[in-house]
Amino acid sequence: MHPFTLERPRDLAAALAFRAQAGRNDAPAEYIAGGTDMVQLLQENVRRPDRLVSLAGLLENRIESGPQGIRVGAAATMAEVAAHPTVIEQFPVISEALLNSASPQVRNQATMGGNLLQRTRCPYFRDVGYAACNKRAPGSGCSAIGGENRWNAVLGTSENCIAANPSDLAVALVALDASVDLRGANGVRVVPLAEFHRLPGDTPHIETVLEPGEVIAAITVPANPAGRRSHYLKVRDRASFEFAVVSTAVALDMEGGRIRQARVALGGVGTKPWRVPRVEAALAGAGLDPAALRTAAALAAEGAQGRGHNDFKIELMQRAIVRAVETAGARA
Amino acid sequence: MPGLTPEAAAQTAGAAPAPLDLVLRVNGTEHRLKLDPRTTLLDALREHLHLTGSKKGCGLGQCGACTVLMDGKRVKSCLSLAALVEGREITTIEGLAQGDQLHPLQAAFIERDAFQCGYCTSGQIMAGVACINEGHAGSAQEIRDWMSGNLCRCGAYDHIVAAIQDAALATGSVRGG
Repeated sequence: MHPFTLERPRDLAAALAFRAQAGRNDAPAEYIAGGTDMVQLLQENVRRPDRLVSLAGLLENRIESGPQGIRVGAAATMAEVAAHPTVIEQFPVISEALLNSASPQVRNQATMGGNLLQRTRCPYFRDVGYAACNKRAPGSGCSAIGGENRWNAVLGTSENCIAANPSDLAVALVALDASVDLRGANGVRVVPLAEFHRLPGDTPHIETVLEPGEVIAAITVPANPAGRRSHYLKVRDRASFEFAVVSTAVALDMEGGRIRQARVALGGVGTKPWRVPRVEAALAGAGLDPAALRTAAALAAEGAQGRGHNDFKIELMQRAIVRAVETAGARA
Repeated sequence: MPGLTPEAAAQTAGAAPAPLDLVLRVNGTEHRLKLDPRTTLLDALREHLHLTGSKKGCGLGQCGACTVLMDGKRVKSCLSLAALVEGREITTIEGLAQGDQLHPLQAAFIERDAFQCGYCTSGQIMAGVACINEGHAGSAQEIRDWMSGNLCRCGAYDHIVAAIQDAALATGSVRGG
């Protein structure tokens, strides 16, 4: 593990003053909260920060609910949010996404804010034995394009990076129009989660819109009548403790057996959590008959590009949407 | 295969950082330590407090052999930096028995022969204790799902599940039972 200075500031202002930055391998200082991803990255020399700034005890962990929706402090653990009665009742898709993530131990340690900042599971990013990874070492190339890319993205890719965003939580949240409060020295700015992660483009090493000295302070999910009839479907290589090959978050507002409004997002296939508005528009007004769902789900493939081993994801993600809509639609 | 990077060749280049003073609460006892900030909770337990019951399998949060309780909740001690868990109450396998009286799950592991090589066992037991306390030991299927963070390379899973079911019944923790 690369040597680093560990800062344990007394308050958040002091922590922000270090101007650390998450999600960039060229940042000399980085924040650590639950640590479940960061310690792995440090152990494997993927991250080599000179300074690590602890956020332990400095961010809120309250879960508040009201007529406007729910607001979750960034330090709340995945386990706490997954088990929260209001979350289970109003947004089952969030609880399901969390319970299908990682292991019980990790869910007790990992924070909600950190979950949104976890780094890709692209095997070439995670293994410093491979020299070429534009995300880890800007300008070095991409080993996944033309390499073993079964786990990589088919949506939002560029010729520089095809790494998939691994968060299940983010998929559920982006479907529900969640936003994040970003706290910096000059106050708070609210950013829709859909605009928080950046597409790789020519700069895959810059993963989010976070500036130096800025942290996720809270996550807000606005009230939504579709939230109660929602579902997270995760397709993976084993039944538990595994990242998604393909996943989808679906929330439906139904009336008389027809879909009034649908929210659909995909995981495991995008370089960021991937909302599919054209699928949502096609589902609006539709019933739950398989042919209509299949036609709507096909629109998810717009712009999708397989790289060989991951070609199957383009078909699989459409089938996942169909099944998730059927499951959510059958809920009372 | 592409060439090796300098990072891979020089795993831990650079001088060791200044040690940190910290206090860990483990099994009801406070320990004052001076540790390299890179020290994980697992390494602090094993190498500095000589509590070697918690095992290091992968060191990356995948195998669960290092599972301990933190404020009563199960965590992977290899994924926490020791300096960031000051003030938390850590319980290891060494703190589970009451004197010579084994915890019901320890006794059930012996009764059910729920191990072969034993390397994963302390982690399995700590995770199993939490699984029972959380109310996630209601059926074999539920136990399998909620124990998925602990791997057993010998494949003793059937006996591990049976031991957890026995202990859950013995402690009256099974819902509706």
